[in-house]
Amino acid sequence: MKKNNLKGWLYLLPALLFLISFMVYPLIDVLVYSAEEGYNSASQIFFGYGLYNYSYVLHDPYFLQALKNTFILVIITVPLSTGFALLISLALNSIQKLKDFFQTVFFLPYVTNTLAVGLVFMILFKKTPYSEGLVNLLIFWFGGQSVDFIDGPYWAKMFVLCFYTIWVVLPFKVLILTSALASVNKDYYNVAKLDATPRWRVFTRITLPMISPMIFYLVITGFIGAFKAYSDAVALFGTDLNSAGMNTIVGYVYDMLYGNSGGYPSYASAAALILFAIVLTITCINLMVSRDNVQY
Amino acid sequence: MELKKTDLEKVRKASATRTAIIRTLTYILLGTWAVMVLFPFYWMVLTSIKSYGSYNSEWIPKFYATQPTLENYYSAFTSVPLGKYILNTLIFTVVTTFLMIAVIVFAAFAFAKLEFKGRDLVFTGFLALMMIPNELVIITNFQTITNLGLRNTFTGLILPSVTSVFYIYLLKENFEQIPDSLYKAAKVDGTSDIKYLFKVMIPICRPTIVTVIILKVIECWNSYVWPRLITDNSAYFLVSNGIQEIRENGLGRENIPAMMAAVVVISVPLVILFLVFRKKIMAGVSRGGTKG
Amino acid sequence: MKVVLKDLTKIFPNMNKKIKEGVTAVDHFNFEIPDGKLVGLLGPSGCGKSTALNLICGLETPTEGRIFFGDTDVTDLPPENRGVGLVFQNYALYPHMTVRQNIMFPLENLKGDKKLSKEEMEERVQQAAKLVQIDNLMDRKPSEMSGGQQQRVAIARAVVKMPDVLLLDEPLSNLDARLRLQTREEIRRIQRETGITTVFVTHDQEEAMSISDLIVVMRSGKIHQIGKPQEVYDDPVNLFVATFLGTPAINVFEGEVKGEKLFISGAEVLDVKGARDGEVWIGIRPEGFIPEKNGPLTCHLNGVEVMGRDSSVVSTHPACSAVIRSIISTESDIDKNSETVSFSLKPFKVHLFDKETEERIRFEY
Repeated sequence: MKKNNLKGWLYLLPALLFLISFMVYPLIDVLVYSAEEGYNSASQIFFGYGLYNYSYVLHDPYFLQALKNTFILVIITVPLSTGFALLISLALNSIQKLKDFFQTVFFLPYVTNTLAVGLVFMILFKKTPYSEGLVNLLIFWFGGQSVDFIDGPYWAKMFVLCFYTIWVVLPFKVLILTSALASVNKDYYNVAKLDATPRWRVFTRITLPMISPMIFYLVITGFIGAFKAYSDAVALFGTDLNSAGMNTIVGYVYDMLYGNSGGYPSYASAAALILFAIVLTITCINLMVSRDNVQY
Repeated sequence: MELKKTDLEKVRKASATRTAIIRTLTYILLGTWAVMVLFPFYWMVLTSIKSYGSYNSEWIPKFYATQPTLENYYSAFTSVPLGKYILNTLIFTVVTTFLMIAVIVFAAFAFAKLEFKGRDLVFTGFLALMMIPNELVIITNFQTITNLGLRNTFTGLILPSVTSVFYIYLLKENFEQIPDSLYKAAKVDGTSDIKYLFKVMIPICRPTIVTVIILKVIECWNSYVWPRLITDNSAYFLVSNGIQEIRENGLGRENIPAMMAAVVVISVPLVILFLVFRKKIMAGVSRGGTKG
Repeated sequence: MKVVLKDLTKIFPNMNKKIKEGVTAVDHFNFEIPDGKLVGLLGPSGCGKSTALNLICGLETPTEGRIFFGDTDVTDLPPENRGVGLVFQNYALYPHMTVRQNIMFPLENLKGDKKLSKEEMEERVQQAAKLVQIDNLMDRKPSEMSGGQQQRVAIARAVVKMPDVLLLDEPLSNLDARLRLQTREEIRRIQRETGITTVFVTHDQEEAMSISDLIVVMRSGKIHQIGKPQEVYDDPVNLFVATFLGTPAINVFEGEVKGEKLFISGAEVLDVKGARDGEVWIGIRPEGFIPEKNGPLTCHLNGVEVMGRDSSVVSTHPACSAVIRSIISTESDIDKNSETVSFSLKPFKVHLFDKETEERIRFEY
């Protein structure tokens, strides 16, 4: 028995070492950092402990901009992407021909490098001295005014960011919902057919309740993921997100840590903890809502 | 009787029309989104084979290339160290994935089959760690690696990327599905734990391990944030940072075709990997992928 | 090799952590399995028979007591050093290996002077496969075989090491009825051919009765009776053993002994010389009834099921809570339309048990 004890811990040892040094310790440390006032990463000294870092971050206009951007992004992309994914999954599930082809195509964005494909989106939407860009060309065709989506007005930039975010997160949602839909027992549909249940009723009374746990799962993970948006924005607007006015909370954390405006791990820690608090709160609310609404 | 028959015919026809309309709408929806998904890929390949001159002379972009050329690929590899970036990413991906598999296999085995004091407590701790977002711990990891003088080294890049609580959990669940009687049978036959792990458990759970490997490879290939923090010497850049570097300083801001050539080169390996292991990847992701 | 269990006890910690007292799965076992015999450990599920098996093979360590193989004390030896072969209920074949690889696996683990050359291994594997008659399926995977075939592979894998003791845990319960019959003959044949001391665990009394040299009847971790199958059937030591053995089951009546005579609901049914007065349980084997016009035991007739060689008379009686089944020859003459049926009893098929302790009360006949 004693021998077995030792053996068990031995097998666990590598994992424990990695986790303690790169997850548990940092977790404690980030709390300490966030409370160290006036920390200077060059001299590694600080004045004392307190909540000043939090107050600094909360009053920093860049942070407030990032907070606003992130919230807008979350509020637009989570419902839209989930709803659209549901629509596509329903469509996928109702066809036989080309189903495999469509499934493969729709999953493609999942395996691509976000940064690389973001560049393609950038050139599609960007206006340069040499070209209006493809999207603007389309807008012309439909009789609209050209807009620079990358360096232009805020709403245009936000539109591209949301569009790209949805493009990136959709594959995962479609995949999950398609398999959830496929696993609904066909007998329910057959019974409904015999009862002459109209389509929308079948959808609202059978399909939706049956897959509601998966929808809630997607909404919860969707919120968490969207709050952590960062590399999509970098891909579209470059690393200097603050000057583009398109920074996100995570981007703010990294900028505080490193880069042109970096060297402030205390502010970064405080911002990261604020983000964590927001995500935790939203997730709890989501869980409470889902407990009341998931049908089984 | 006569009347009834025509009624029946009417009902049948109406329902057939409705089905046809819905079917058409369905295909239009799916087709539109498929175009939306594929178009950026098409555009990046197309742009990458347009010459610099012809690209910039097209005020209205053309949907085809008049004089396809591969010169952009040449310049992508020569004027910026794209080959180096790819090599770095390969090294990073292979080493990280290998280390992670080694670590998680042993941990999952300990959790699934060995009985020892404190096992359940540690496992609960592991589960709790699954909820911790990367953003929270990356700050200290950045400081740790910097203080250890490991910036711009593969060690610094790889070490914090090895851990994955989720994959330990996934593999443990899979290990537990192997009936205990197999373990007992092996014990009676005098098989050591380590031999049992390698000769019985790993072969049986190979599909899961392959899935985990593929997912980790995708994750490594696309990782951006950590490499960006920890490397500022382009000799250690991975493809994501490389592409960002190319965009901001490399080929000249306006050499879009060359940039696209680089994007194609970076995207192709994963797309091929995906097309080969399509079923495995999709099954693996739906079992527990996390992105977005 | 004979196997001796001395005071063997296993106490598991209680699942409910608040209760300190453990669960006794095996309670002071004492018995000796003679060399080369086939022994059936028989009992209802949860009686501790599988634990006993695990103790013998070394997968569990006893809380108390010793285990001897021959004269060697193996109590503290790990399973691999005991020289035991084990066959599981669900076969426990390695799904990713072929039949050949499965059977060879134990041989590859042998170390030191026991180590075999590749040729020796091949030969042993071939022998074992021949013994269980699967030598034509060597390159199949377990998933490509029927349950019966898988069970043979499992047996081959267990005997390939030439173990001193072969242990079988519910070896037949995952097979369908026809295969079960066939496989149990097979186990009997393999055991005879190899002469390996074999212990097998089962909850099916028919299975145990049919192939064992000795059966061990147990309940709640305690051994109730050990003996040859027929002896245990004919001479059960208590009510539990009597009811557990035999199909159809023994019919249990409430009754009374008064002045060396046995009464059921006031009717005198049998002379029981030597039995003391008092209330008793009366167990009557189905074959212990003789239909007789004016027999002393009169039951309400439900029906007669003709089963070829003999018939089964189904009846009820106020003193018996269950339906009474009696097996009689088809030649006996019973009026199927009659409301009642009367029996006289064969004294050696009637067992009396104390109402309180359920222990056997013997009488002369």
